[in-house]
Amino acid sequence: MYALGVDVGSASSKAVILDRNRKIVAAEVVQAGTGTTGPRRVMEQIFSKTGLHREDIVKLVATGYGRMRFEGADRQFSEISCHARGVHYLVPEARTILDIGGQDAKAIRLGNGGEVKQFFMNDKCAAGTGRFLEVMARVLETDLERMAALDTAADSPVSISSTCTVFAESEVISQLSHGASRENIIAGVHNSVAAKACGLVGRCGVEGTVVMTGGVAQNAGVVRAVSRELNREILVAPNPQTAGALGAALYAWDDARRERGDETG
Amino acid sequence: MISTTGKSAKELLAYYQAKLDEEAREAKAQGKLVCWSASVAPPELCVAMDIAMVYPETHAAGIGARKGALDMLEVADRHGYSVDCCSYGRVNIGYMELLKEEALTGQTPEALAKSPAARIPLPDLIITCNNICNTLLKWYENLAVELNIPCIVIDVPFNHTMPVPEYAKEYIADEFRHAISQLEVICGRPFDYNKFREVRHQTQRSIAQWNRIAAMSRYKPSPLNGFDLFNYMALVVCARSRDYAEITFKKFADELEEKLKKGQFAFKGAEKNRITWEGIAVWPYLGQTFKTLKAQGTIMTGSAYPNMWDLSYDADDESLHSMAEAYTRTYINTCLENKVSTLLNIMENGQCDGVVYHLNRSCKLMSFLNVETAELIQEKNGLPYVSFDGDQTDPRNFAPAQYDTRVQTLSEMMEQSTGTES
Repeated sequence: MYALGVDVGSASSKAVILDRNRKIVAAEVVQAGTGTTGPRRVMEQIFSKTGLHREDIVKLVATGYGRMRFEGADRQFSEISCHARGVHYLVPEARTILDIGGQDAKAIRLGNGGEVKQFFMNDKCAAGTGRFLEVMARVLETDLERMAALDTAADSPVSISSTCTVFAESEVISQLSHGASRENIIAGVHNSVAAKACGLVGRCGVEGTVVMTGGVAQNAGVVRAVSRELNREILVAPNPQTAGALGAALYAWDDARRERGDETG
Repeated sequence: MISTTGKSAKELLAYYQAKLDEEAREAKAQGKLVCWSASVAPPELCVAMDIAMVYPETHAAGIGARKGALDMLEVADRHGYSVDCCSYGRVNIGYMELLKEEALTGQTPEALAKSPAARIPLPDLIITCNNICNTLLKWYENLAVELNIPCIVIDVPFNHTMPVPEYAKEYIADEFRHAISQLEVICGRPFDYNKFREVRHQTQRSIAQWNRIAAMSRYKPSPLNGFDLFNYMALVVCARSRDYAEITFKKFADELEEKLKKGQFAFKGAEKNRITWEGIAVWPYLGQTFKTLKAQGTIMTGSAYPNMWDLSYDADDESLHSMAEAYTRTYINTCLENKVSTLLNIMENGQCDGVVYHLNRSCKLMSFLNVETAELIQEKNGLPYVSFDGDQTDPRNFAPAQYDTRVQTLSEMMEQSTGTES
């Protein structure tokens, strides 16, 4: 028995397959989200890597921004519940999650059983999300992968607004024209993302182990900035981009087990 | 009262809404007075003087629900009104500017001609009341200046403590009396105190039927879909001092009681959990906001917004203190503690499992307190909540996908705590 979770985000598509023992068989990411070929490609990729077929999958749960448009799912769950389940599986002691994805940032507080106790998401604005970082990377003529390394060379990070992506972009341009170094601006951008995200965490109440998920958690510069802002250690979930898809797969696994009527399928 | 035989409540609602608009247009054509009024200003005074009433907030909501708000908002934008101002105000001011342009030039502007909402006439006077916000003061003063017409203001102090103090009731009753003297000058005849008493009694009969409807959500499962209140609200705003509201609400309450007897519920067998909706509806996305909840089996059985028109008072009280109290105790005109206790009661009566807070860019008064309100309420009853960004009539301030995710998560949290997960 296999269960599959797919997380169709705004910027990427992720899929995870679990076996009958609830072990991760494969986790795949395609950097193209809802409305693109991404969802189809991530499915093709995970099946090709594992040699499995759709018929081998007993249950399929979809989550993420494109969950309702993903064809062939047995059920849909919100990405909040899925991130909670995924993180609880990976880091059982986690009580606070900060997930920063392509266009959403969310703080989630977990109960002892991994259930969602509270969550807050960004308002109708891309500031503090992955898209914000993409915009800044373009202005700064770098790419997302190099930003974390450049951040370490900053000696005096500049201040960048966390209110609005458009305003922040114009601030970055203004800083560039005033001669601020790219490293200091990038560190400022990371601080700005962290400030916005930690506002959500603050509203949720920081408890226990804090885990970061989502594509932005792969940026060590942002993780460092969040750690400074919250004044505590931050764990990055293993393979943080697929935590939501893993949660979806866990829901699918439960459904599959329920359908099969026993523990082992 | 006209015969209601054969007409459903839904038909009566549509019939009387159209009739009210028609009456206003006819009054204008016959040279009678037309008044634009704030939604929770007392209509009793003008109705006693046979003045035709039009309600800009309801009209703006109607334009929003029929997807016509953007055209009006763009007119307001062009006249320099900031997008940070209330969108009811901006839609109405945009509409007024188009009516004014038509009156001055004899040409109907295209945006007015194709507006999907009912056509309303320009006012001869306006009446406003700051018991639901202070934007209504500046909005109406602005209308009065733009149109060079009289503006009656009923000033209602904010209640920093509850219950409402006697001196506040006395002050507001004096405001009513001052408005009466203004109406006598505007109408050129003495105020009709006998009709005023009759109108107060009529208002109370309408409100009694309105409260009968709202009370139906206490049953579990609920025969009443709370979103229906958003539609029927049009008459509690526009016709509570007329029998139109009483007739329609009585019919609707009777229909709901009948459904309850027969075991017919709003969501049939699909009611899984129940929420309180805090804030004004997102009119341009009314269907979307409802369907997302319904898809989760989540029914709205509580909302303080339609309850704002529970304007019960002693109609025989000639001091008008009782009426004054009704028009000032509106929950958004009271302290945070009272707002919290009002919402807690609504949640308890509706047997709600959670709350959806609308962080409405237009309504600062309702929205700015929501963060604190939500925390205080959760401390008391421990129930989950979500909030989403939106706007009552500016569709640009709402993102459907963000709403859907929040509402689905709330439903998952409620299922977690009520154990209804399927």
